[in-house]
Amino acid sequence: MSTVNLPVLKAADFASDQDVRWCPGCGDYSILAQMKKVLPELGIPPEQMVFVSGIGCSSRFPYYMNTYGVHSIHGRAPAVATGLKVTRPDLKVWVITGDGDALSIGGNHFVHLLRRNVNLNIILFNNRIYGLTKGQYSPTSPEGQVTKSTPMGAIDHPLNPMLLALGAEATFVARSIDAHVKHLAATLKRAAEHKGTAFVEVYQNCNVFNDGAWNYAADRATRDDNVIELEHGKPLIFGKERDKGIRLVGTKIEVVKLGNGISESDLLVHDEQGDLIHSFLLARMRRAEFPEPIGVFRDIQSPTFDDQMNDQIKLAKQKRGPGDLNQLFRSGDTWQVA
Amino acid sequence: MSTDVASLEQSSKPVQYVSGVTVRLAGDSGDGMQLLGTQLTNTSALLGNDIATFPDFPAEIRAPRGTRAGVSGFQVQFASHEVFTPGDVVDALIAMNPAALVTNLADLRKGGLLIVNEDNFEDKDLKLANLKTSPLEEPAMENYRLVRVPMNKLTMEAVKELGLSVKEADRCKNFFAMGMVFWLYGRSMEPTLRFIRDKFSKTPDIQKANEKALLAGWAFGETTETLGASYRVEPASLTPGLYRNMMGNQALAWGLMTAAQLSGKQLFYGSYPITPASDILHELSRFKNFGVYTFQAEDEIAAVCSAIGAAYGGSMGVTTSSGPGIALKAEAMGLALMLELPMIIIDVQRGGPSTGLPTKTEQADLLQVLFGRNGESPLPVIAARSPADCFDTAIEAWRIASRLMMPVVILSDGYIANGAEPWLIPDVNQMEKIQIQHPDGSDAANFKPYRRDDMLARPWAIPGTPGLMHRVGGIEKEDVTGNISYDPENHQHMVRTREQKVANVAKMIPPATVLGPESGDLLVVSWGGTYGACMTAVKQAQEMGLSVAHLHLRHLNPFPSNLGHVLKQYRKVLIPELNMGQLRMLIRAKYLVDAIGYNKVKGKPFSVVELVEQISNVCKTA
Ligand code: SF4
Repeated sequence: MSTVNLPVLKAADFASDQDVRWCPGCGDYSILAQMKKVLPELGIPPEQMVFVSGIGCSSRFPYYMNTYGVHSIHGRAPAVATGLKVTRPDLKVWVITGDGDALSIGGNHFVHLLRRNVNLNIILFNNRIYGLTKGQYSPTSPEGQVTKSTPMGAIDHPLNPMLLALGAEATFVARSIDAHVKHLAATLKRAAEHKGTAFVEVYQNCNVFNDGAWNYAADRATRDDNVIELEHGKPLIFGKERDKGIRLVGTKIEVVKLGNGISESDLLVHDEQGDLIHSFLLARMRRAEFPEPIGVFRDIQSPTFDDQMNDQIKLAKQKRGPGDLNQLFRSGDTWQVA
Repeated sequence: MSTDVASLEQSSKPVQYVSGVTVRLAGDSGDGMQLLGTQLTNTSALLGNDIATFPDFPAEIRAPRGTRAGVSGFQVQFASHEVFTPGDVVDALIAMNPAALVTNLADLRKGGLLIVNEDNFEDKDLKLANLKTSPLEEPAMENYRLVRVPMNKLTMEAVKELGLSVKEADRCKNFFAMGMVFWLYGRSMEPTLRFIRDKFSKTPDIQKANEKALLAGWAFGETTETLGASYRVEPASLTPGLYRNMMGNQALAWGLMTAAQLSGKQLFYGSYPITPASDILHELSRFKNFGVYTFQAEDEIAAVCSAIGAAYGGSMGVTTSSGPGIALKAEAMGLALMLELPMIIIDVQRGGPSTGLPTKTEQADLLQVLFGRNGESPLPVIAARSPADCFDTAIEAWRIASRLMMPVVILSDGYIANGAEPWLIPDVNQMEKIQIQHPDGSDAANFKPYRRDDMLARPWAIPGTPGLMHRVGGIEKEDVTGNISYDPENHQHMVRTREQKVANVAKMIPPATVLGPESGDLLVVSWGGTYGACMTAVKQAQEMGLSVAHLHLRHLNPFPSNLGHVLKQYRKVLIPELNMGQLRMLIRAKYLVDAIGYNKVKGKPFSVVELVEQISNVCKTA
């Protein structure tokens, strides 16, 4: 580590000179604000950071950051970011994406990014709608949702981003909510500190085309009964009165009321390093049957793709010496013409 | 064993000297014909012959055995003079089964040598090849010097004492055939023996068996009555220097590595497996000690996008594919040109459209790489003309891309990719460096990401540089600042600027030159892998006294600045292409020249004969 005194950075140091062009009231503003708040805490100068995005409302994000940035094409940000990160492991790379961008057109890249465990952060702004194209249903829209393209209601079963991420055995999987700013900031920070691909789903309100889609989870009035905040090593308790919990029975989970012979010790205890199946159970908790977990579902250490690729290059150089083209060209069968 | 090979190779039979030979080896795709062909090529190259090869194999890895669809062929021409094609007419055909015989016989010249594996002409073999009677019994056989060799039996006999299974022993027969061919042309067995020892070092029995089969094939040639004389082809008088045998895909890989080194850049190569481009990925993957990053992406789009990411980070980003993959990369190629980042996109063309003919050659992606993107999206395009030329093409593409800050497309094709020719090995230390500069942030206050230099290139500022933080993206941007802009005048200006930037490449490339008279009846214009055939045909036509010249275009966008002038010096212009007239369409549109096309899309290269015929016909009416 260098011992140079880094200037103390503030949120404003990460703000670009561009006007932010999201609709007034959009949840994206909150995520942008929390990101700018968290970045100075990482001790990494802005020139070492790159934000890479695809297409959609959320993907305008890089323009508003005073860092390096690439606003790429629909769904492909993970691929752009992978090429960047493996060749420039010194950089801190963030991918900003949305439900359509990451799960529909870019679904392939999303799962491959996670299974490779490239050392970067990917933040998925999930608003359950196509905003930039003005209101078609998205892969996370609930069945029956009426939108411009589904006048009789959506008939596709929605995709659960957490299950998909866990299916790819992502090493860091978390969820937060745009309006829950403290939780959001803390979650982004945890993601930034993870080595490997850190995936965060953020419930984000599109107040123009899908207003209130997450009200049950975001509203202070209903939040405590509909959401459960995960804490490592702590039993799963929720409710305004903190009187409800999650219990594991066989291979199934159920909601129980505390008291009447049921105590905290009967509840499922959260373990970020637990078996993948533990995280799957949490990811399967959906409204209205269950409160929906927020926080870090899973955080494990595993070799990163970029490290391994660079290690192979290092090893090859050690073993065979740095490449010499003249020598290569003259190796094997050659002949002299006089 | 190596000590007495030389004495073994002494032939007591008569020897005939010829200036060049074209040999075709044809058999089942599982028979190892490609291996046999490669060995014959390498050995001939080592002997100092000029060579050109044409491997031709089915798309299926193991097409049904013995069928016509499963026939795999390898043609090589080696000569004591310069050759530019693998040869039109075959002097000797080695056919391992009836299917191989009937699908290749048409190319064997009258009086040519036809060696067949007699053991594979049983009823069941005939049936597999859809034949009722044996072609060996046809009267047409009188046109050739037919030599029947019971290769299965002789191979079994040769390896008998090793106690291999029938299947294993049978697999050695390609080495038997090889030994025979080596005897026939007086080629040394030493390189192949070395190859066998290397390749089968882990299976000593198989190694031994293959060696024995090879030597038995040679001995058979020497002793059999049916093969009369053997042939000798003297070394060719090539430019003095050290040579090696080079295939197109390998040359591209080595060229990319060299370009990276000449520019002091880290090479990042993002790719997805596709025929016939995958060998570039295999080749580059071997050179991690050169600092080469190879990334086998999840799909074609990820492959090109990863290269864009690497380019943004300051590396030399490269992606390769063939036609179908290039179609998938189109949107990202547009992004790269909007970002104005340098990178290389290589299209090793194959027969299309759609999946088309994956293992066959064609030149039908020219219009795709020029125009297959949304919006006004011009890109420079360079086409390699031969296997060894791929090396120079890769370096030139990076010179242009890094100078002008934009993606450059290289066109190769299946014929070049798998073909081989001698390559005069350069000294890397003598090669011209590629200068690349990144702004260092010392003048951060005045930095603008889209401020342009005299060639209209923008600065390549890379992440990590203090003070130069900037965002790039696919949305139209204001010139100079790079900020998003929907301003009508600015868009017009940016479209023109990007177009002019490509046009500026013409300042970096040499003018078009012709081979032959500077004016006359006919100019033959070619591009890409048809170079050898067109050049050879024009030379022959010139020897016939025709007023014809040859112009080969390496740069398809932009064209050399004098092209319009050159075209107008001839009464007629003939453009032979392995497509339906794509360059012809461009030339006609741009220069209003009424060019004539000669177009073939059979998955095969041109033969010199057909081109000479075309040239003569056009000259008659000139
Ligand atoms: S359309 Fe929706 S998601 Fe997009 S900026 Fe407006 S409110 Fe936000």
